[in-house]
Amino acid sequence: MSFAWAKQYEPKTALTKWLDEKLPLPRLVYNAVGAGYPVPRNLNYMWNFGVLAGFCLMIQIVTGVVLAMHYAANQAVAFATVEHIMRNVNWGWALRYAHANGASFFFIVVYLHIFRGFFYSSYKAPREMIWLLGVVIFLLMMATAFMGYVLPWGQMSFWGAQVITGLFSAIPLVGEPLQVWLLGGFAPDNAALNRFFSLHFLLPFVILGVVILHIWALHIPGSSNPTGVEVKSESDTVPFHPYYTAKDGFGLGVFLIAFATMVFFLPNALGHPDNYIEANPLSTPAHIVPEWYFWPFYAILRAFTGDLTIPFTGIVLIPAKLLGVIAMFGSILLWFILPWLDKSPVRSGHYRPLFNKFFWFGLIPAMIVLFVCGGAPAEEPYVILSQVATAYYFLHFLVILPIVSQIEVPKPLPFSITEAVLGKDAAAEARTGAGAAGDVGPLPEVSLQPAE
Amino acid sequence: MTIRLGGIIFGLAITAVMVLWSLIPGAYNLAFGPAPEKQPSAAFYEHGEGPAGGFSFDGPFGKWDVAQLQRGYQVYKEVCSACHSLKFVAFRNLRDLGYSEAEVDAEAATWTVPGIDPNTGEATTRPGEPTDYFPSPYPNAIAAAAANNNAIPPDLSLITKARHDGSNYLYSLLTGYGEPDPEKAKKVGFETPAGLYFNKHFPNVNIAMPPPLSIDGQVTYADGTDATIPQMAEDVAAFLTWTAEPSLVARKQTGWAVLGFLLFATALAFLSYKQIWAGVKPKKK
Repeated sequence: MSFAWAKQYEPKTALTKWLDEKLPLPRLVYNAVGAGYPVPRNLNYMWNFGVLAGFCLMIQIVTGVVLAMHYAANQAVAFATVEHIMRNVNWGWALRYAHANGASFFFIVVYLHIFRGFFYSSYKAPREMIWLLGVVIFLLMMATAFMGYVLPWGQMSFWGAQVITGLFSAIPLVGEPLQVWLLGGFAPDNAALNRFFSLHFLLPFVILGVVILHIWALHIPGSSNPTGVEVKSESDTVPFHPYYTAKDGFGLGVFLIAFATMVFFLPNALGHPDNYIEANPLSTPAHIVPEWYFWPFYAILRAFTGDLTIPFTGIVLIPAKLLGVIAMFGSILLWFILPWLDKSPVRSGHYRPLFNKFFWFGLIPAMIVLFVCGGAPAEEPYVILSQVATAYYFLHFLVILPIVSQIEVPKPLPFSITEAVLGKDAAAEARTGAGAAGDVGPLPEVSLQPAE
Repeated sequence: MTIRLGGIIFGLAITAVMVLWSLIPGAYNLAFGPAPEKQPSAAFYEHGEGPAGGFSFDGPFGKWDVAQLQRGYQVYKEVCSACHSLKFVAFRNLRDLGYSEAEVDAEAATWTVPGIDPNTGEATTRPGEPTDYFPSPYPNAIAAAAANNNAIPPDLSLITKARHDGSNYLYSLLTGYGEPDPEKAKKVGFETPAGLYFNKHFPNVNIAMPPPLSIDGQVTYADGTDATIPQMAEDVAAFLTWTAEPSLVARKQTGWAVLGFLLFATALAFLSYKQIWAGVKPKKK
């Protein structure tokens, strides 16, 4: 697919002509992230995070593959081989800190990417498939990150594995045998460590495959944009290269500065000190907490403190633990039906006054409360706060969003992206082709010569 | 429509379960239930701040004080190593502390490590070599527990990374021994159980480790530094920060080189971004 005005790839040298006939890989790249992909001209910095997420995946795969050359997934030596990497492997400390903080930055970037999607309703038709694949990527990332955190075989690795696999034991009837089967034993042990390592190595490549589908699906309708108005004419778009390669290049630089600051100056700030204590099945840490990027979901899991009983009979219909597990998985799975819950014809939150209020004063505070409570010990006031926030979270997506999208009166939308960027008059000129050259209309050729 | 209806029903149901079975009983209990019990020890805990003036390796420009690391190593060797192992550190690593190759050879030989008799194959001991790791004072965990009232002394290699704000924590812990205020202890009914020691910087204030640094001048520093308890505590905390992360200073120095390059590259990226977009962006009026 592409817009009619998309530039066509023209091989210039004998080699590229030959290659284009046999395997048109340069053509693919040209149409995917080159000049052959027209992109709305009004994307703001929130549209940078997709590229950054892809970059994070590459950081994780490259550092991870090298780390795996020096790591041994055996409970007797796993902790020691990680220290071997930190002390004896050349630049091993840099690799490991980059990988550990890389996971955190991957989640930061992906959370911003997802919340961009929430605010600008990027999930709406015709982009539902991109969104669905994105949720699949997020679920795969969670599984990969969880299993990766187990590999150093520290105290939080071990007890985190115990708690998370213990979730499966909440399933009625088959829960306990299922947990034993998943772990390969009655507690996290060598069998669990080995399979987690195997899967932790495999899943990133599965993610890579789904990322390719995600980008493929993106190129069918093309990128969304902050106005939510679809592309109408050539003046609405610019070619991805050089416009967005340059803009994303700057964004990548800012990202790398933040990343390097954490890796080289605060490498353990996002980790838990207990994971520098070797796993000990006989000593339970005072507070078992997952990595920070799971805190909101961990808070939802723990928010259900009471069994669902028939009042005054004491008959338990659903135990609290199972309620928590249902809610935690449900809180992410509901993203799958988001495109069909939100019926508003307007995409961008900027033109949806009521939705905008619920987003900034409802969803965002609820997520912050869940985040804080997930990292806090299970005591008051955190328990009650996490319960209020959990209730709001489900109401927001499942009740408020469908109703708001039905009743709200959106603000008037600009006629086109060009009009949103340049104003009505200039856009009208652009449509009639009378615009001042270089201002609107057909794009000027980019000169890479220094400006005079 | 089915999806939306199903979503609304599920959303209302899960919210109702949350509010009626978890939130309201919890709030009722919070308002009218018994107040949670507070440990009497909590009244005595004080957060430790670390040595006055901080450590030489603090901050983004921090560097090791090599003389201090040598003093700290001496404290470890003469005091801590009686009970605590240092299993991830090898004698060869002592080169980082400013010792020459010959000095490391000689230092390693002052330690006795487990070995195997080359003639009989029997387990025996031999003097350490630079490639050996620091030996454990106990043959196994059971022996360690038996000798220490069932509290196994932890390995110290990573101790400053295994505690929050570890270097400062360790300094505070080593200087935090003493007696609780007797008046206050009587009032809240607080007593240190037999076999434990009061330490105001230990999270539950009763620690199994007897005060390791008990008198000024417990070690005699080769460089003539006055071996007060705070001085020894600071030195050994610095040494154990080095054992936890020998690459700490190299890491920060590398960080500055990386940041310098990135700032330059990002500035260039910004300029090219602005230049490329100059013709597309609407002119500011």
